[in-house]
This record gives sequence, structure tokens and C-alpha cells, in this order.
Amino acid sequence: MKGRRRFNAFVAQRIFLCDSVQHQRGRPRALFITPHKSETHNLQQHHRYFDAKQMSSIMRKHDSPSTRPFLWAAFLLVKPALSRAWAQTKHTPPSIFAPASTPAHEIFGLSMFVLAITGGIFVVVGGLLTFAIIRYRSRKDDDASEPPQIYGSVQVELAWTVVPVLIVVVLFLTTARIIFAVQDAPEPKDALDVTVVGHQFWWEFRYPKLGIVTANELHVPVKQATFLHLLSADVMHSFWVPELAGKTDLIPNHPNDMWIAPQRTGLFLGQCAQFCGPEHAKMLLRVYVDTPEQFQAWVKDQQQPAVDDAAVAAGRHLFETQACTNCHAVNGTAAIGTFGPDLTHLATRDTIAAGAVKNTPQDLHEWIKDPAHFKEGVLMPAMQLSDPQIDQLVAYLDTLK
Amino acid sequence: MADQPFPIAGSLDVTPPRVREQMTVGEWLHAWVVTVDHKRLGILYIVYAIFFLLVAGAEALAVRIQLARPDNHFLTADVYDRMFTMHGTTMVFLVGMPILFGFGNYLVPIMIGARDMAFPRLNAFSFWLTAFGGLLLYYSFIGGYGLYGMGNAPDVMWLAYAPLTEKAFSPGHTMDYWALSLILSGFGTLGTAINIIATALSMRCRGMTLFRMPLFVWLMLVTSALTLITITPLTAAQIMLVIDRYLGGHFFDTQAGGSAMIWLHFFWIFGHPEVYVLVLPAFGMANEIIPVFSRKAIFGYPAMAAASIGIAFVSTGVWAHHMFTVGMTSVGNTFFVLSTMVVGIPTGIKIFNWLATLWGGKIQFRPPMLFCLAFLFQFLIAGLTGIMLSVAPWNWQLHNSYFVIAHFHYVLVGAIVFCIFAGIYYWYPKAIGRMLDETLAKWHFWLFLIGFHVTFDTMHFAGFLGMPRSIYTYEADRGWGTLNMIVSIGGFIQAIAVLIFAYNLIHSYFRGRIAGNDPWDAWTLEWSTPSPPPVYNFATDPVVHSRRPLWDLKHPEDPDWKYE
Amino acid sequence: MSAIPTFPTAEPWSLPSRGRVAMLSLIIGESAIFTIFVVAYIYYIGKSISGPTPQQVLDIPFFNTVCLLSSSVTIWLSERQIERGNIKAFAALWALTMALGIEFIVGTALEWHKLIYVDGLTIHTNLFGTTFYSLVGLHATHVVVGLLMLTVVMIFTLTGHINIRHTERVQVLALYWHFVDAVWVVVFTVVYIVGR
Ligand code: HEA
Ligand code: HEA
Ligand code: HEC
Ligand code: CUA
Ligand SMILES: [Cu+2]
Repeated sequence: MKGRRRFNAFVAQRIFLCDSVQHQRGRPRALFITPHKSETHNLQQHHRYFDAKQMSSIMRKHDSPSTRPFLWAAFLLVKPALSRAWAQTKHTPPSIFAPASTPAHEIFGLSMFVLAITGGIFVVVGGLLTFAIIRYRSRKDDDASEPPQIYGSVQVELAWTVVPVLIVVVLFLTTARIIFAVQDAPEPKDALDVTVVGHQFWWEFRYPKLGIVTANELHVPVKQATFLHLLSADVMHSFWVPELAGKTDLIPNHPNDMWIAPQRTGLFLGQCAQFCGPEHAKMLLRVYVDTPEQFQAWVKDQQQPAVDDAAVAAGRHLFETQACTNCHAVNGTAAIGTFGPDLTHLATRDTIAAGAVKNTPQDLHEWIKDPAHFKEGVLMPAMQLSDPQIDQLVAYLDTLK
Repeated sequence: MADQPFPIAGSLDVTPPRVREQMTVGEWLHAWVVTVDHKRLGILYIVYAIFFLLVAGAEALAVRIQLARPDNHFLTADVYDRMFTMHGTTMVFLVGMPILFGFGNYLVPIMIGARDMAFPRLNAFSFWLTAFGGLLLYYSFIGGYGLYGMGNAPDVMWLAYAPLTEKAFSPGHTMDYWALSLILSGFGTLGTAINIIATALSMRCRGMTLFRMPLFVWLMLVTSALTLITITPLTAAQIMLVIDRYLGGHFFDTQAGGSAMIWLHFFWIFGHPEVYVLVLPAFGMANEIIPVFSRKAIFGYPAMAAASIGIAFVSTGVWAHHMFTVGMTSVGNTFFVLSTMVVGIPTGIKIFNWLATLWGGKIQFRPPMLFCLAFLFQFLIAGLTGIMLSVAPWNWQLHNSYFVIAHFHYVLVGAIVFCIFAGIYYWYPKAIGRMLDETLAKWHFWLFLIGFHVTFDTMHFAGFLGMPRSIYTYEADRGWGTLNMIVSIGGFIQAIAVLIFAYNLIHSYFRGRIAGNDPWDAWTLEWSTPSPPPVYNFATDPVVHSRRPLWDLKHPEDPDWKYE
Repeated sequence: MSAIPTFPTAEPWSLPSRGRVAMLSLIIGESAIFTIFVVAYIYYIGKSISGPTPQQVLDIPFFNTVCLLSSSVTIWLSERQIERGNIKAFAALWALTMALGIEFIVGTALEWHKLIYVDGLTIHTNLFGTTFYSLVGLHATHVVVGLLMLTVVMIFTLTGHINIRHTERVQVLALYWHFVDAVWVVVFTVVYIVGR
């Protein structure tokens, strides 16, 4: 019975993906959270840069004489790479140490704690090893006698069994706390719901309550929880934007959920993190965290049907008479394909082809001419159109604001 | 003193005059192919594995060239996928498993004073089955889209997650080669494992009680027992995959209600214990080598044996730590966090016992020991990154990133390959009769050590910066370019080191210093035989009275058996 | 310069039979394979998205089961005969074992024939078909392999090559046969009782 239901859901998702599907597929388990007041507050103090100041605050939190040097060492090692990455201003290149959203932030805190403990173990055990190797090396002036033979000692063995047991208990309890806090957080009422469908090499985003369907570029409002319901149309994928949250897989027949609650606006990059075929590398992800106003404006715009501009009627005609409509949908026209991304508001996106290509007329032209030029393993065929035809198509697509 | 024969029963050399010189090449080849001698089979395994180490290493280099710069076009997406999949599959199944079972084959009988394995013919059969599996896997390069497109070589990661492996998503024969060749070599492995268990339990010489077995034999015994219940789930899952692909079954066919999750579970029920199958024999080698070059008995022998059993036992219940991101319940996640962390306890016992063995010794920095010392540090770090990965929430970030790649290369290369090199430097004189060149060995060691750290230390940071694994290219604006360039350079430093090693193997075969019976002044039974040992190992069955029979002989005033 | 150390050299030294150890190891390995198939079967119970279902098409194979289980008894009896050197009785019981095993295979063949041609259930039909034929087929394959080995022993017996010295080997082989029977108990429970 359950299998049947899942299958229906699968078919629905694959073929017509109507919004009602979501209700079938939603998992009863509550996974959602809004940050508690205090957390929000905490987060606002969070800096854009992972700088020394922030480091000191981490240090204060997990202070202990033995771990301090290690934390600083780790920081110094990571810092150059991070700051270089930040030198580029357009967007934030990914890093798990620059959290901008609640789950990522909690994970960051936990990770620093674990890093400190494991770092401490490394320093102690590594130090002892180094000492032993240097102190007990054989020397030139040594007589040929064998050193005293020691076969073991129960007390010593017991000691170094008990200490790790205690460490494990501490690590386990801290970890368990965060697991439950992130995974079992209840869904707040004002949350935004987004259904994410992984396709071989692109992302489909559906906002069931807002009636929006779009692709590859996710827009969410800042300081509000967004709940992602993860489905897959074909194979396994994984949704990963390091600054916002850990990753969760999109698995066919196995709906998953995750949530984010971004605390600052900006563009966050991520990408598919589960090998899903030849173009797995170019299944990139862009998440735009907008101010509430920006987001409202974006929503309004996306809810409109496609612009119908008589000036590009030729392109539109071409689009609707070529095979394009088999795979692509343009709201308000005859194009209702779901195999490829929805193109209703294509022109509002910065990129095409799951972030791999800039959305400029030239690149669009190149793309339609030969998608494999950008993405070798892409599932969209080259349509064998002439250049003038493609120009008409591009002109049409460019009006889809 | 090296050549002085020990008055131990069985050390008597009654080898017939060497006949090899008079053999034609054909006869020589024939002798190797039809051999059922455990020592020859052991060498065959090891040579076979070293060959594939070079091949899979070359594949890794191709991967590294492609990734050295952003938006690189050295390999196409397809070819890249085949390269890293074949690299991983080869390294695990055609390098790691055979080389460790090769050592087991060579050493287990001779260390317990037996003349051969329990089932010599089964032994030969297992080897050839494994070898055939490997050849079948590489046969996939021929055909398909031709050599340039890398034929039909598997291209979906060594973990082959469903449903990508189903006919719908992987047409052609890529997955057929993968599944069938691994099923075959899996049966070979099963045969060897059974053989080693039977040998260790039923072929020990007089006086060799279980608790007098050298630790290497213990570890091989535990490994083989673990193999029995590890390799078989993979075989079962692969049979299901083959049923899906050839008979139209639906085990992993998500379009007919099948489940992708069940493959995940089956694979990791195999996959996790598998990594301990690989590492335990490596521990075994360290257990033999570290005491000899510290000139001390191993510290806490019973604890070492017990910890190995403990690791094997716990490792069967931790598999889902590879699946923290697939959406298990929070309770499920919590359970696997705990079980995974618990593995750290018996493993810690091992680290501390090695430390205590060094403590108060007279450490000699000979080549085998150098590799073992590096192993200790590297395994420590690798284990700690493993603990970081086992912290589920952090794993949600780190999973499938280069941090994971760094973690497991730290174990697979930093621990296992280092131990294998140590083992080869240590036992080559026994098997060949000549020492490996020590200068070349030091070059090999230092270059490999540097290359290793340049490569794999750097990878951790790429992981922190969000670089996922299995990607054939990345964009310049992600900020991973420099790190990857460093990683690639490290890869080539390793390559030079490996080539030096390969050269040393061949060079010393002809030119090496004659080793004598016991070049390292060691304590286990294999060193009481001539180098190389005669076919029957021992002219008369040896009798032992302690864990270190040769120590007893060399130190009659203070023999070990007094303390047992 | 102390004298040659004295230690008890005459302590008794006996080790387990390598045949038994190996067969037990094989059985452990095989059990793992069966476990995976059984888990898959249980996991997919009721998940098929089209018919036929087990309730509709499966009949409980009582006779087959009785035959296979009693073959365990007959092989055990034959083991006792060879232990005593009673080759004739051994051969008779061995033949009986084989006959019971063959009956099982024939019974399975008939069952499959009905399922395929009457009920239209193939390995391709649905998840039930896939898991059913795989699990039962895997077991049947083991029975066939067992029968082949039994046949080899039978041929040797008939040509007079088997005597009391082969007790050990025969018993090791019998161990395998017992295992195959025990697996059937599990398969039977899962497929015909739980799964229906
Ligand atoms: C030989 C191989 C080997 C070994 C020995 C290990 C050992 C360990 N591994 Fe590793 N691992 C792999 C090979 C190995 N691993 C491979 C190949 C993969 C990736 C597969 C793939 O996806 O392709 C992987 C992936 C992997 C993951 C999944 C990552 C992911 O994909 O998300 C995890 C997560 O928990 C993990 C954890 C561990 C742990 C906890 C250990 C522990 O056994 C380590 C224990 C050791 C220590 C802890 C150090 C010494 C102990 C002390 C000094 C005592 C004090 C310490 C404490 C009390 C903590 N490993
Ligand atoms: C024992 C196991 C083992 C070993 C030793 C290695 C060794 C190395 N590995 Fe590998 N690796 C794996 C097991 C191993 N690996 C596994 C299981 C995976 C996962 C695969 C997957 O995801 O499916 C993986 C994946 C993997 C990746 C990730 C690919 C990806 O996800 O996209 C990378 C990337 O850099 C890499 C690099 C290396 C390097 C540089 C070495 C170096 O240490 C290699 C050094 C050796 C050489 C360089 C050989 C030199 C020899 C020559 C140059 C001579 C050639 C001549 C002839 C052939 C005649 N490995
Ligand atoms: C066989 C199905 C198919 C056909 C026919 C097809 N496409 Fe596509 N299209 C796709 C797929 C799949 C993608 C997603 C590719 C990716 O990112 O990996 C895509 C992506 C696109 C994109 C980029 C969308 C985005 O937001 O990333 C555009 C633009 C596009 N197609 C235009 C066209 C036009 C114009 C035609 C007809 C001339 C056409 N497609 C025909 C399958 C198809
Ligand atoms: Cu989708 Cu990788
Ligand atoms: Cu694991």
C-alpha cells in the first residue's frame, strides 16, 4: 500500500508535478525550526568575516589551556584561504567556517568544539610519540645489549582505556544534542515551503503556497525559516550550500526535508554533492537570500504568466513548434514539458544550465546551438537549428522576464 | 651473526641444489602458474597488487592533472568519471585486498611453523579467480566507445549508488563489468579467507598455542573472519544488481517501487568493515616490525589481540556513518554516532600499546621502521579526522567533500600503504634472499612522506571550503584553484617516490646484498629458515615455547617462556 | 651459560580438523549472503506496485519441506553408518538423501512452472517476483550444488572408493547439507508464512 503511494508520487513528480503532490509526499516527521529569539540575537552578532574577533569569541566559548594553541593554529591555517576567497566581492564563495544561517551556525559551533578535543588528543599523543622516538633512539655509542623487555601492565592499559571512554561520552552527548536540535526542530507557521526536485544536472524549485516554479536559482527571504522538501526525479543528488546548512540527499522514492534560516542577505553558492552522472560537477546551486521587500517583489514577478511580446512572435512560434515544448514549460503558453527547467521567467535568472553558464544572449545562443559545449553530459540535445532561427529563439527567451 | 644457523628444529637447510638456473623461460613460467606453494602464491599476489598500484596510481595522476586548474580540459567528464571510479575500485579490490592476503599467504604458514596453507590447491584457485576478476575489470577499457572514450570502464564511483547503476541510467556494460568482476574476485577472497582461518586454527606447530601466535597471524585471523561476513554482503548486493540488469529485476529500480536506500545499506554493511579488513593486516605488520626495531617485546600482547577482535566486532555495527545525509531518523543517526565513536577506544588501545613498545626501547631507524613511525602519526591524524566525520552534524557539512577524501587517503595511504611498504622492506630479504637498497629506500621514504603530506594535508582545506568529491572540474570563482594545484604537485612527488621503490625492487633482485637467514635479528619463526625458504619451509616440524621462539634461542639466559 | 632450558615437551597437541573449520567458515559466509537476500525480501514485502501478490499465487510447499528436512535426518544416519564402516547402509541412506533432495528440486521446478505459466509471475513482474525468485532460487542453487557433491560421493561409493577413512570428509559435506536445510527453514518462514 505504502509502495503504491510512493509510486504514484513518483509518477506524479516525474510527469506532471502538480502541487497537490506535495501533500502525498510530505513526511510526517517534523524537521523544521525557526531560530529561537535568543538564537536570532546571537546570530546577528555574527560577522561577515571569519576574523580574529570571531575567533576569540569561539575561544572564549571553548576555552581551555590545552586547546587554545591548537585552535589558533587551525585558525591561522584556514584563514588565508578564506580571506582570499572573500576578496572577490560578487558573492560569498563557499566555506563551512563562515555560517550565515542557523543550522550551519550550530554545526560550526559544534565543529570548533570537536576540533579542539581532537586537536588536544593529537597534541598529547603526537607529543608522546615524538618524545619516545627522540628519547629512545638507538645511539652510536650504544652497547649491543637489548633493552629491558617489558611485556605489559594491566593498570596502564586500564588507564588508557578509561580516558578515551570518557572523551567518547563527552563527544557523543554534545553531538546528540545538536542532532536533535537540528533534525527534530518543529516547523513554524510562517515558514516558507519550497519543494526541491533534483534532476540530472539541474534543480527544480517549487513554491507550492506561492504558485511559483523556477529552476537553479533559489530565492528565500532573510531572517525567516525556509523548509526544503527534497525529492528526486531520477538518481540521488545532494543539496549543499555550506554557509546555510549541512547537506541532505535527494533520493528517489525517499522524500527528505531540511531547513535553513539565513541571517544575512547575499548570494550563496553551493552545488550538488552526490555523484549523479557525467555532469554532476556542473550541477551548481545559487541561493539568493533577499530582504523581505526584494523577496516580495521577486514573488510578484514570478507569479505573472509569461510576457507575451508581439515583437518576438517569430521566436515564440519557433519555440512552440520545435521540440522545446516537450521538455520545457512556459506558463501561459502551450509549452508544458517538465523534463527540463521551467522557462517562464528565464530572463530574470543570472545564469542558465544550473549555474554553469552566464545568462547573456551570446551564451544563450551558444547553449541552444550546442548545450554540450558547456556541459558535455547534458540531457538537452542540440536542436540542429540555423543561427538566424536561434537568434529569434534567443530574442524570445530574453523577453521572458 | 646473521648467517649463523639457529639450532632450532627445522632450520636445517636441506634444499636441493638450485635448479632454477637450468630452467627455460617456459618451464619457469609454467612452474609459477601451476604452483600451489603458499610462498609463491603470496609473491604472485603481491606482484599482482604492485602492478595494479602503478596502474591505479597512474589513474590518480590523471585525476590530479585534470583538477590542477579550474575549468581544465585534460579529460572529458566521462573519462574523468571512469578514471576516479577505476582508481578507487582498483585500489581497494585489486591492490589493498590482494596485497594483504598476499602477505597473509606468505607469512601465516611460516610464522606458525606450518609447511603450507591448509588447502594449497584452493589457495591457487583463489588467487587465479582474483586475478581473473581483475583482468576482467580492466578488460572493460576495451570496447564500448573505444579506448579514447575509455571503453566501458565503470564510471559511477566505487560505491556505485543505485539507481544510477540501473540500466535506465547506466546503459551499456559498465556496471556489468564492475559487478561481475568484483563478484569473481570476491569469491577468490572468500576462498583465501577460509583458507587462512583453517590454517591459523588447524596447522599450528607444536607449542604454538593461540596466544603464542605472532600478532600478525592474529590480525590475519581476525581479518579473515571479518572478511567472511563482509565480502559476502557485497557479493549478494552485486548479484541483485546483476539480476536487475540482466533479468529485469527491480531490487534497486526506483521506478518500480524499488529502493535506493537498500543499496546504501547493503553496500556499507560491506563497505565499512571492508576498510578494517584492509587496515587490520597493516596493523599486523606494524605489530611485527615496531617491536623488532625497538628491540622490545610488543607491549600488552593480549590487549592487542583483544583490541583487534573488538575493532572487528564493533565495525560491523557502524556502517550508517556513511549515510548521515540520507535522511535517517535522529535516533538512527545518534546510534551510529555512538557506535562509530566507540571504535576509537580499541583503536586507541593499539596506538598506546605501540607507543609503550617504543618507550624504553632502542629505536633503530631502518627503512621498515621509518615507514612504521610515519604510519603511527598518520594513523593518529586519520583516526581523529574519522572522529570528526562521525560527528553527524559536522558530517552533514563534510560528507562527500574533499575532507572525506583526505580522511580516507590518510588511512589508506598514510596507514595502509605505508605499512605495506614497511612490510615489503622487512620481508623482501626473506622472500628474495637479498636486501633492498637502503639509500634508495630512504629516498623513497622521504619523497613519499613529503608527497603524501603535500597532497593529502591540503585536501582537508579544500573540503572546508566546500569542494565536493567526484567533480571533474570546478569554476575559478570558487577559490579552490591554488589548493588543488598543491595537491596535484604532491601527487607527482608521490609518483616519483613510487617509481624509485619499483626500481629498487627490481634492482635489488639482481644486485642487492645477500640477506642471510635473519638480517634484522628478529624473533619469529620465519627468520629461522633460509632466505628464501625451501618449498617445505621447515625440514622438521618446529616446536615453540613462547611468543618469540628466536628470542628464546638467542637469549637462553632470559627466555620469554618464563614470563608467560 | 645455563643448561638447555627444560620445558614440558610432551604436552598433548591436538588441533581442530581443518575441513570442519573451513566448512564452518564457508557456512558463516554463506549465511551472510542469505541474510542480505532475506532482508531484501522482508523489506519489500507488500511494496510491489502491481500484482500478483503472494497471497494470490503462493501455495505452501508442505511436501517439499518435509522431504528436505527429512533428508537432513537421513544424511545424519548415513554419517553414523560410515563411522562404523557400514558402507552398504551408508550408500543406501545416502541415495535416499539424494532422492529427497531431488524431490525438492522437482517440487520447486513445478511450483515455478505454475507461477510462470499459470499466474504470470516472473522475476520481471514486480518486486515480489524479483525477491521471490532470487531468494528461493538462491536456495535452490545451493541444493543443486549440494546434490552434485552428494552425487560425486555416491559415484565413489558405488565404484568402491569410499571407506571408513573418509568419515571425516563425508561429515564435512554433510555439514553443508544440514546448512542448506536450515536455510530452508528460514526461507520457508519468511516467504511462505511471514510474507503471505
Ligand atoms: C582503512 C581504512 C579506514 C579506517 C581505519 C577508517 C577509520 C575510521 N573512519 Fe573512515 N573511511 C574510510 C576508510 C577508513 N576509515 C574510507 C575509505 C571512507 C570513505 C568511503 C567513501 O565514501 O568512498 C571513510 C569514511 C568515513 C566516514 C564517512 C564520511 C562521509 O562520507 O561522510 C566516517 C564517518 O564517521 C568515518 C569515520 C571513521 C572513524 C571514526 C574511524 C576510526 O576507526 C578511527 C579510530 C582511530 C582513532 C580515533 C585514533 C586513535 C585513537 C586514540 C588516540 C584514542 C583517543 C581518541 C578518542 C577517544 C576519540 N570514515
Ligand atoms: C588503497 C587505496 C588508495 C590509494 C593508495 C590511493 C592513492 C591516491 N589517490 Fe585515491 N582514492 C581511493 C583509494 C586510494 N587512493 C578511493 C577508494 C577513492 C574513491 C573513489 C570514488 O570516489 O569512487 C579515491 C579517490 C581519489 C580522489 C578523488 C577523486 C574524486 O572524487 O573526484 C583523488 C583526487 O585527488 C585521489 C588521489 C589519489 C592520489 C594522488 C594517490 C597517490 O597516493 C597515488 C600514488 C601512486 C602513484 C602516483 C603511482 C605512481 C606510478 C606511476 C606514475 C607509474 C605508472 C606506470 C605504469 C602504469 C607502468 N584518489
Ligand atoms: C530532450 C529534452 C529537451 C529539449 C527538446 C530541449 N531542452 Fe532545453 N533543457 C533540457 C534540460 C534537461 C535542461 C537542463 C540542462 C542542465 O542544466 O543540465 C535544459 C536547459 C535549457 C535552458 C537553460 C534553462 C536554465 O534555467 O538553466 C534553456 C534556455 C533551454 N533549455 C532552452 C531550450 C530551447 C530553446 C529548446 C528548443 C530549441 C530546448 N531547450 C529543447 C532539456 C531539453
Ligand atoms: Cu546531482 Cu550530483
Ligand atoms: Cu566507515
